[in-house]
Amino acid sequence: MATTADHFQAHPEDHGHHHDAEHKPAFFARWFMSTNHKDIGTMYLIFAIIAGIVGGAFSGMMRVELNEPGIQYLDTFARWFGAVNPDFNTTLHTWNVLITAHGLIMVFFMVMPAIIGGFGNWFVPIMIGAPDMAFPRMNNISFWLTVAGFCSLLCSAFVPGGTGNGAGTGWTVYAPLSTSGSPGPAVDFGIFALHLAGAGSIMGAINFITTIFNMRAPGMTIHKMPLFVWSVLVTAFLLLLSLPVLAAAITMLLTDRNFGTTFFDASGGGDPVLYQHLFWFFGHPEVYIMILPGFGIISQIISTFSKKPVFGYLGMAYAMVAIGVVGFIVWAHHMYATGLSVNTKMYFTAATMVIAVPTGVKIFSWIATMWGGSVEFKSPMVWAMGFIFLFTVGGVTGVYLANGGIDDVVHDTYFVVAHFHYVLSLGAVTALFAGFYYWFPKMSGRMHSEFLSHVHFWIFFVGVNMIFFPMHFLGLQGMPRRYPDYAEAYTHWNHIATVGYMVMAASLVVWFINIAYAYIAGKKAEDNYWGEGATTLEWTLTSPPPFHQFETLPVIGETVHH
Amino acid sequence: MTLGKISIGAGRAYKALGLSLCGALASVLTFAAPGFAQEAAAPSAGSYTPMKPTPGVGMPVDGGINIQQQFSPTGEYGEWLHHGLLWICLVISLFVLALLAIVIVRFNRRANPVPSKTSHNTILEVVWTLAPVLILIGIAVPSIDLIAKQYKPAPKTALTIKVTGNQWFWTYGYPDNGDFEVISNMLNIPGQPTINNGVREVGSKPWDGPSHLEVDNRMVVPAGEPIRLQITAADVIHSFAVPSLWFKLDAVPGRINEKVLFIEKPGVYYGQCSELCGAKHGYMPIAVEALPRDKYNAWVLTHAGGAIDGQKPAAEAAPAAAATAAAPAADASEAPAGEATAEAE
Repeated sequence: MATTADHFQAHPEDHGHHHDAEHKPAFFARWFMSTNHKDIGTMYLIFAIIAGIVGGAFSGMMRVELNEPGIQYLDTFARWFGAVNPDFNTTLHTWNVLITAHGLIMVFFMVMPAIIGGFGNWFVPIMIGAPDMAFPRMNNISFWLTVAGFCSLLCSAFVPGGTGNGAGTGWTVYAPLSTSGSPGPAVDFGIFALHLAGAGSIMGAINFITTIFNMRAPGMTIHKMPLFVWSVLVTAFLLLLSLPVLAAAITMLLTDRNFGTTFFDASGGGDPVLYQHLFWFFGHPEVYIMILPGFGIISQIISTFSKKPVFGYLGMAYAMVAIGVVGFIVWAHHMYATGLSVNTKMYFTAATMVIAVPTGVKIFSWIATMWGGSVEFKSPMVWAMGFIFLFTVGGVTGVYLANGGIDDVVHDTYFVVAHFHYVLSLGAVTALFAGFYYWFPKMSGRMHSEFLSHVHFWIFFVGVNMIFFPMHFLGLQGMPRRYPDYAEAYTHWNHIATVGYMVMAASLVVWFINIAYAYIAGKKAEDNYWGEGATTLEWTLTSPPPFHQFETLPVIGETVHH
Repeated sequence: MTLGKISIGAGRAYKALGLSLCGALASVLTFAAPGFAQEAAAPSAGSYTPMKPTPGVGMPVDGGINIQQQFSPTGEYGEWLHHGLLWICLVISLFVLALLAIVIVRFNRRANPVPSKTSHNTILEVVWTLAPVLILIGIAVPSIDLIAKQYKPAPKTALTIKVTGNQWFWTYGYPDNGDFEVISNMLNIPGQPTINNGVREVGSKPWDGPSHLEVDNRMVVPAGEPIRLQITAADVIHSFAVPSLWFKLDAVPGRINEKVLFIEKPGVYYGQCSELCGAKHGYMPIAVEALPRDKYNAWVLTHAGGAIDGQKPAAEAAPAAAATAAAPAADASEAPAGEATAEAE
């Protein structure tokens, strides 16, 4: 691709008569009325970092409380949320608010905005050779709806939600705890937050699908698209098909709460378990929504730094399609303990295990891509290799958890918490950092420090494993999730996890220093600062790319390989 | 709790299951002769002293890293499958780690300056698709078998106990024993805010188990026979979970979930509510005390209206012992009668 790339003009300085390429609107118009995919991508990334700091702070509050048995800090936290002289129930309610907010923020306002809104917006149009997204104004609405949703969620923390301020329902918002169990407006604010963020994501999904199907440059066939584009395409379909089901479910919650309907109330002929089916019909695809773009990022990085094309490109692309399709028919493995019939439980056990096959194809293809390569361990590659290992650990515990009969002991324990943090906090977030170091100089025009990036990785790697690996032990020993307090036997590993949190937090300080370094003293980034292995279209542009790229569409040659 | 236990064989698990089925049969026979059971219980009618739990049994252990010791047939089968799965997880993770290590050593820029351009190998791709399929089939067979065993319905004669989750305590109904009800609250913890008003502090009785897990009135059940647990909830969803008995089933308002509980030997087994149910979700533990049949019968007779297999209520037989009702604050364990008979194994 590097050879064909030279045939089209991407550098504004090469053709000075095109003043439009660098014509930027004034500040307010540029950032608040933005229709430029790169600016919107940047805003998504900044928003995700802010939301991540809030969500991460909540997890820090949880970890200090869990450092030892008994209740030590929750009373203080309850006061932060506006409680005056909180009684014990109000204090404990604050715990439920923390776990709920942590989950919702990290899922809807950190990982999704960063990985789809941020990197997706920035690089999908560039990688397919398009000047922008198909619907630039809808792109703008998607972003601001997400921000509005976040504000709604923050508001909910300061209004009554039953035994105290804030929504204490868990991110799953199970009825009837979320209906008759939580009087007050907090849960309504929470539901509204999901509505807004969900609407934003549906519009984003429509935008990506339309862009990828209609705006590929001449010669960029579906089977020549970079795997990151494939991953965002599959993710967009998952969003489009699953989010409306969530929207319906939470709308029914809203009417159950406020307008006297009884969709999920057994005393009126409804069924609380119906809500769980609807929620997880969305909720399971949602976990793939968070990880699939990560798969795409990792594929690009591994190919770049091995200086080899991706091994088994078609297998890799269709493995993601398979994961997406099968992801829709495994939802009830989140509900093994609700009293499913025995045949249903057997079906979901078997179906869930099927997902391990395409996931295995991906892991082995990544390794095969590196095999025989000339691997350079630059910062993105170190994060990508960390991802492969951590995701494998989270993946095998997923196979373990798929077994409905085993679930009787580990369901709703810390083992599950360990599993999904290995695939998300250690999987998706590691992929995010890998993508960040891969593309940050492209986006900002400044090189980060390779040394600080490696320091960041190793401290982070040690920290997150200290937090989450002991949680396997806690879960097997029976410690339930969503508990602010625990029996003394669980003290040791909880303490280790809390220390691990501090280590992880220190790594984030290194990250922020690294960003500051890049802007203050970082070298100016070249067009293709990763060298010969980086062959996708973003490396043919300047760093940062022109405000409007590809005014003349690139032509992708016949021989070009992904 | 050590990895040594992982070597437990399939044969052993199956054997254990077979044995317990014999046990189930025997207990069904006992059940069919209520007069006999009544006779056995007669000398100690209406007596109960809570059992002292064995440290580390039926509860988490300090710094433990594996599942709790199991005391039910499905638990032993599940434990075998659990250990098998852990080995598979471990081997796959180490395999991937080893491949990454080889890449780092052999295919770094210095060791291999010229990258190959291989991007396809059909045989390899077929192998790494089919090998996981075979492993998964190997897992699925015992896994689905375990589900089938867990959901084997209870024999008709099995004792029924009704479990109800409430915010934030459990109630246990005994419809086959005169339909009395036991209300079970977590004991308060010294130095911590009061969790349940009028309930004593943990450690104030010699038989108290660990804090956060011990309750004022335990769910007392007979050991060595199948028990039909019918689980529901009064307000929001709760979940009845006891790790050492391989048991977890949600308590859903408006539904009755049913599953067999079979406890192989007498003892106290602790569990905790396992579905988020509001503020005091973390403070509604479950304590199951399994007693030999005769001692269970004696416990039944300490309750007002308690009866053995539809025989005359205990209230008429032993009015003195029947005073301990199931009020939240009432402490059934105060009954002094027959302390000697309560020597549990």
